[in-house]
Amino acid sequence: MGIKRTYDEINEKIKAGKVVVVTAEEVISMVEEQGVQKVAEEVDVVTTGTFGPMCSSGAFFNFGHPKPRIKMQKVWMNGVPAYTGIAAVDAYLGVNELPEYDPLNSNHPGEFRYGGGHVIEDLLLGKKIKFEAIGYGTDCYPRKKIETYITLDDINEATLFNPRNAYQNYNCAVNLSDRTIYTYMGVLKPNLGNAHYCSAGQLSPLLNDPYYRTIGIGTRIFLGGGIGYVAWHGTQHNPCVPRGENGVPLGGAGTIAVIGDLKQMDARWLRGTSFLGYGSTLTVGLGIPIPILDEDMLRFTAVKDEDIFCPIVDYSEAYPQGTGEILGRVSYAQLKSGKIEINGKEVPTAPLSSYPKAREIANILKDWIKQGKFTLTEPVQSLPGADSGIQSKPLKEV
Amino acid sequence: MTKRIVLRFPSQIVDKPLLYHLVKDFGLMVNVLKANVNPRKEGFMVMELSGETSSYDQGIDFLKKQGVTVEKLAEDIVRDVDRCTHCGHCTSLCPVGALYIIRPSMEVAFDEEKCIVCGLCLKACPVKAIELNFNGR
Repeated sequence: MGIKRTYDEINEKIKAGKVVVVTAEEVISMVEEQGVQKVAEEVDVVTTGTFGPMCSSGAFFNFGHPKPRIKMQKVWMNGVPAYTGIAAVDAYLGVNELPEYDPLNSNHPGEFRYGGGHVIEDLLLGKKIKFEAIGYGTDCYPRKKIETYITLDDINEATLFNPRNAYQNYNCAVNLSDRTIYTYMGVLKPNLGNAHYCSAGQLSPLLNDPYYRTIGIGTRIFLGGGIGYVAWHGTQHNPCVPRGENGVPLGGAGTIAVIGDLKQMDARWLRGTSFLGYGSTLTVGLGIPIPILDEDMLRFTAVKDEDIFCPIVDYSEAYPQGTGEILGRVSYAQLKSGKIEINGKEVPTAPLSSYPKAREIANILKDWIKQGKFTLTEPVQSLPGADSGIQSKPLKEV
Repeated sequence: MTKRIVLRFPSQIVDKPLLYHLVKDFGLMVNVLKANVNPRKEGFMVMELSGETSSYDQGIDFLKKQGVTVEKLAEDIVRDVDRCTHCGHCTSLCPVGALYIIRPSMEVAFDEEKCIVCGLCLKACPVKAIELNFNGR
């Protein structure tokens, strides 16, 4: 039969200071030494973490009305445009957004030193942001221009809302061509000169709950150093991809949309990021607690880097052309060893997602739970699962 | 001839138009690479100076007579450990293994002795945690 736990029971133990929490890294050796059954009886919660570039991120702001009032038609924050097609003094700043004066890739490879992600980091650092807005003037909102300086404290609401985060597995990117290429997977040297991957592997949230049994809408999470929530399944959520025997997808699969109050977050865990020749983004710290409801959940959280495989994809041809061709699969244990073999060649590897920071996040979340500062929430709705039939579609051209 | 040099000048002469004289009086071509010159503070400037050898020498003499210290340019790479996220991107680009990953912790480390200041890591670092340092500045 094995053990059974409920969210309520775990939360009671948290409140009583009796909860047993370990990280997704720690649970691996525990299971190796003591076996699934014994560890499942002992451990109530396993914490996960990831800290990597997450392009589909951004924040909603309400700036408040100046006197006289203005309907903001265009807004710039430190020169970076924010989307204003919502309400009069609201805007959404995407982390990939760049200043209009940025040379982009006109001098290839462009540096993209400042974008929406850097604005968010500067706000969290308490820096003053140059704020500019123009409006066309209406009877109720007559003002046509405003230029001022604001801090995060001056803004009414600042809500981080990231439509796609915490990708469940991802590609290992390489370059088969004879020239260096500049991608969102970093600088890829010619002729299989290097291989880049981007996942915390055995520490990554959705790889520890491969079938989304506990991570769902309403799950309370560590987000950017503060507390956030899973709001929905993320964009490009693609749960029906092939999986290994352990249930772990063999490539990019599930994603989550997350939300939280930016004002309680920390620049340590939301970092403006630049990819040479590609663009700007935000590196996001995210951690999710996984309740050990039964032995199966414990087994999922004990997944090891050597049991998680990702596809090797050529970013000079197969990826940009969307051929779907892969050069093979490789485990995260192989990737983390520093070299892999592709087409008979030894290729050095490097991550883009920080494993040490993922470990730190899992430990912070563990401490929050042990100290009774963070309780677990039961999802109000599950994410579309492996039986949903959902398939990511390419854009049709007619 | 063309040389990359570092100038340091005391606060008393920061208001003097030194570059003007290098160009106007000695016919030298000046390309400023880095400068930190503030009123009433010591000045620091890294430049590429080009011209005929005799003019170059006269220009350097002029600078020294004004109280400027002229040094050969020495560059080194500096890694801001607090800013670094240990993502590891730089490690696969570094041609000499000066930037590398410590296993199994997966933390990024930097061996200054091995660094050849090729600068590949500078532009590639996603969080700009690596800087080029001129003569310790």
